[in-house]
Amino acid sequence: MNLVRNHVLISIDAGTIMAGARAVEKALVDEINRQGLAGEIAVLETGSIGATGQGVVIVVYPEGLYYANVTPEDASEIVEEHLLKGRPVKRLIMTEMPRQQVIRKEKTGLLKEQARIVLRNSGVINPENIDEYIAEGGYEGIERAFTELKPAGVIKEIKDSGLVGRGGAAFTTAMKWDFASKAPGDPKYIICNADEGEPGTFKDRLILEGDPHKLIEGMMLAGYAVGAAKGFIYIRGEYALSIERLEKAITQARLYGLLGENILESGFSFDLAVMKGAGAYVCGEETALIESLEGKRGHPRNKPPYPVTEGLWGKPTVVNNVETLANVPEIIRNGAAWYRGYGTDKCPGTKVYTIIGNVATPGLIEAEMGTTLRDIIYEYAGGIKEGKKFKGALVGGAAGAFMGPEMLDAKMDFVNLKEYAAVLGSGAILVMDESTDIVGMLQSVLHFFKHESCGHCVPCRLGTKQLVEIVDRIAGGKGKVEDIESLVKISEVMRDTSFCPLGQSLNLPISSSLKYFRDEVYGRVQQPA
Amino acid sequence: MIKATINNVEIEALEGTSILWAAKKAGFTIPTLCNHPDLKPGGQCGICVVEIEGIPGLKRACMTPVGEGFKVKTHTPRIMATRRQLVELILSNHDTDCLTCVKNNNCELQQLASIVGINVHDYSRSGERLPIDRSSVSIVRDPNKCILCGRCIQVCSNVQTVDALAVNHRGFDTVITTAFDAGLGNSVCINCGQCVVHCPVGALYEKSATEEVWEALHDPDKFVVVQEAPAVRVMLGEEFGMPTGSLVSGKMHAALRRLGFDAVLETNFTADLTIMEEGTELIDRLTSGRNLPLITSCSPGWIKFMETYFHDMIPHMSTAKSPQQMFGALAKTYYAEVKGIDPGKIVSVSIMPCTAKKFECQRPEMNASGYRDVDYVLTTREIGRMMREAGLDVKEMPDEPPDDILGDYTGAATIFGATGGVMEAAVRSAYRLVTGKELENVEIKPVRGLQGIKEAEIDIDGTRVKVAVAHSCGQARKLLNKVQDQITKEGKSEYQFIEVMACPGGCVGGGGQSWGSNMAKRARRGESLYEEDRSLPLRRSHENPSVLALYEKFLEKPNSEKAHKLLHTHYYKRSTVDGKIKPAS
Repeated sequence: MNLVRNHVLISIDAGTIMAGARAVEKALVDEINRQGLAGEIAVLETGSIGATGQGVVIVVYPEGLYYANVTPEDASEIVEEHLLKGRPVKRLIMTEMPRQQVIRKEKTGLLKEQARIVLRNSGVINPENIDEYIAEGGYEGIERAFTELKPAGVIKEIKDSGLVGRGGAAFTTAMKWDFASKAPGDPKYIICNADEGEPGTFKDRLILEGDPHKLIEGMMLAGYAVGAAKGFIYIRGEYALSIERLEKAITQARLYGLLGENILESGFSFDLAVMKGAGAYVCGEETALIESLEGKRGHPRNKPPYPVTEGLWGKPTVVNNVETLANVPEIIRNGAAWYRGYGTDKCPGTKVYTIIGNVATPGLIEAEMGTTLRDIIYEYAGGIKEGKKFKGALVGGAAGAFMGPEMLDAKMDFVNLKEYAAVLGSGAILVMDESTDIVGMLQSVLHFFKHESCGHCVPCRLGTKQLVEIVDRIAGGKGKVEDIESLVKISEVMRDTSFCPLGQSLNLPISSSLKYFRDEVYGRVQQPA
Repeated sequence: MIKATINNVEIEALEGTSILWAAKKAGFTIPTLCNHPDLKPGGQCGICVVEIEGIPGLKRACMTPVGEGFKVKTHTPRIMATRRQLVELILSNHDTDCLTCVKNNNCELQQLASIVGINVHDYSRSGERLPIDRSSVSIVRDPNKCILCGRCIQVCSNVQTVDALAVNHRGFDTVITTAFDAGLGNSVCINCGQCVVHCPVGALYEKSATEEVWEALHDPDKFVVVQEAPAVRVMLGEEFGMPTGSLVSGKMHAALRRLGFDAVLETNFTADLTIMEEGTELIDRLTSGRNLPLITSCSPGWIKFMETYFHDMIPHMSTAKSPQQMFGALAKTYYAEVKGIDPGKIVSVSIMPCTAKKFECQRPEMNASGYRDVDYVLTTREIGRMMREAGLDVKEMPDEPPDDILGDYTGAATIFGATGGVMEAAVRSAYRLVTGKELENVEIKPVRGLQGIKEAEIDIDGTRVKVAVAHSCGQARKLLNKVQDQITKEGKSEYQFIEVMACPGGCVGGGGQSWGSNMAKRARRGESLYEEDRSLPLRRSHENPSVLALYEKFLEKPNSEKAHKLLHTHYYKRSTVDGKIKPAS
């Protein structure tokens, strides 16, 4: 066995692949071979390290030095200067460093280096190698479930942890599992909702690309808890690398006997299938997703019955988001009490955010529940780009709420934000600097909803059309005060009568934009004589 | 029982009852649009929203079961404002040319706009005009009127299992259309018209033939004969405000005569004739044991359905034409001969509760007389319109008999209009054909009524015949799957004779019935047909004197060579993609 003195981690995710990561990887390997360093330097693939928009990113260990915007032409210099002579290539060093640990509010006694939960392995291990996941404690959760907890114990542990769904609705995960486990009907199913379609959100993709086994283990635990033998991962069709890595991971898990019949001689059998979505936003809504999975048009179903009693093919079904399921193995492995050490009492744990817009370092962040918006923007994302002033943020995706500067110190968690009529939603944070046009923002949100309305119900199908016509009129300088009133009126009817959350949520961006930027919006319409 | 209050009125309801029905019990009709009493609520329109104390937001009354202790409000200021907004939104994408719409005065959206008090609407008509689908010979589809309530799809897919219609595109661009947007005429549509009778607005209606019939009636060179289906006599009164199911046979004859038809004849006559032909066929099959069960062939929607989805069953089908087409073939041969009229001058019109009959009459093989056997088919709604235009009110008409020689009918013929009627009529005559004796109790109750599939065992002088009756193509599919399964596994089916009608309830529930129908009304009309049966002196088809005369003077005997040429037909295999005839392989 060779003694490797340097590990070079190259981040292979959909973003870095587009920036040329594969070519950089090949150039590095070629260069290492050419310079006769093959036994000493190992190049390893890993998932996203969390930074976006910085080209190809590599990390050199043991220094833990990050290089950004690396090109194949840089390979010889990195190998010769850094890896051979020990002199870092200064011009490539990443200036805005992503934080590897969660941003902690002041709290004592817990290990800072263990702070990442969902993203603990992302950007650290090779997602295509099951051994690396196992080396990081992977599949210990399912082992504990089999030997110690048993199904009821898994549900209890999750209940005690206080985990709620991370897809946006924040429903108690244990309650969902409990309902499904008690619902009559056989077989039962676990569905992972990986149809990540909320604009500006790509947290699930980075989890899938960076640590696919964590999702597999999470789904196994869910299946074990509710008595399901089959799981489906309904994944956004554009997530090619996620699909590839998931399928590799599933194959490896089968090979190791972690999926299939009688897993680890526990008597529990479980297997997974990956199903690709076809790009409709509404299929992120769980019942529309189920319809789509059944091969039908993605229309939402009436609730009740909820999927936990009548889901896929009419059978009890648990639908959980990727991030929710990715929390599960860590909770089961480390225990509910450990998990409750993160976040707030009412809302334990962490939240993965994708932070985009006018910030210095956009990307992925995992922060404890209860972290303020200010800390997320200024501590993690490097503050506002080009030193401009913060104007506001659209939090929770297109179906989320605008927040103004007065909300910077609001604690971000599912419970607290409700009091401000805001939502965490999918965890997308779109930061706007002072130059952003709020009407333009509304315009793009409303156009998105018109495009993505499924057409099933009157309020959403026809309401989005009218809203778009009105906001376009306002943006074009032809709007009247009554037009703003119509925006509110129509979106309120949509909130009250739309068939599914898609149409119901559109009132939020409209009402919140008027709450924080009222003068600006009213300033854009013709003033009454 | 669940106790709740609706606008402070206390009610009790069975568990699972929707708030919509619970409110009806309390005397409140909550306005709806997409909801239909015979279909599962889809929740598209949102008009029926109500407030429930302690539950945030508004809930759809159609799909929310009333819960214990619910305090429901159905018309608060917030609800009323919301309903107005929703109706305004619907009108923003609907052609509001009500005065020239086929559904004027019968439109549920028009009524709703009036109920919720829309007198101005803020939103401009948006979206582009879409082409009207006139590709079908039976049904016209106007997407500019469509409000996407989905009733047509639900009845087409779930009740009929035809699956001709589906939702396409999404959001504001959503349309209901056929596969490949090819139009109903190039689809698996069986022309049953259940989409038409379930459409709340004017987006689906029959392809009208009233202009052509007016022209014929006013042409002095033409001899215009008319036949009326059994079910029409219990529907036509509704067109003139009479109670559902009013029996108006005599008034109908009088009104048609006054409208200018040269001879007012009867489909009921050929219904009796059908029994003679089909009954003889049944006896032959029972004797030979081949191709059992025998399956009836009166319903042209069912025929196209069978040709598309069950063409392996063609050998089991009765080759007897439907009563409409038997009439057509005889009008331009036997009738013309006896009456001394040039068959080329005869225009043959039929009044049907049906839209599929429009398709049937133009099938290329339907020309046994050397001419097109039936020239024009009018639905009950169309003849109602013509009578109103001519200033005729069926209510006010005297009772008149039909004309001879294709006018007499028995009670067995009139019950053809209700599901199970053909079966019952056939048994009445088959008994005689087999035993030479008359069946004393002619009423065969197990095959009556609106259960999905009805079964009975008939004892014909020691021979037990097991029969089954299906109405709606969905039920027919279920029954035929069972039969095919039995034949595959056991070599034969438990049934010897099967009646299928394409429409729920049989012809009294056809696609040509009056607007605003439901299963309860269909049932009422069926009962009226059984009343007429009871009231007639002759209740067995083989007793019809005109039918006996026809055999004696013209056809010789049932299933004779001449009868085969004029009264029997053949079937095709059709594609499940576009419903077209498949080339023989």
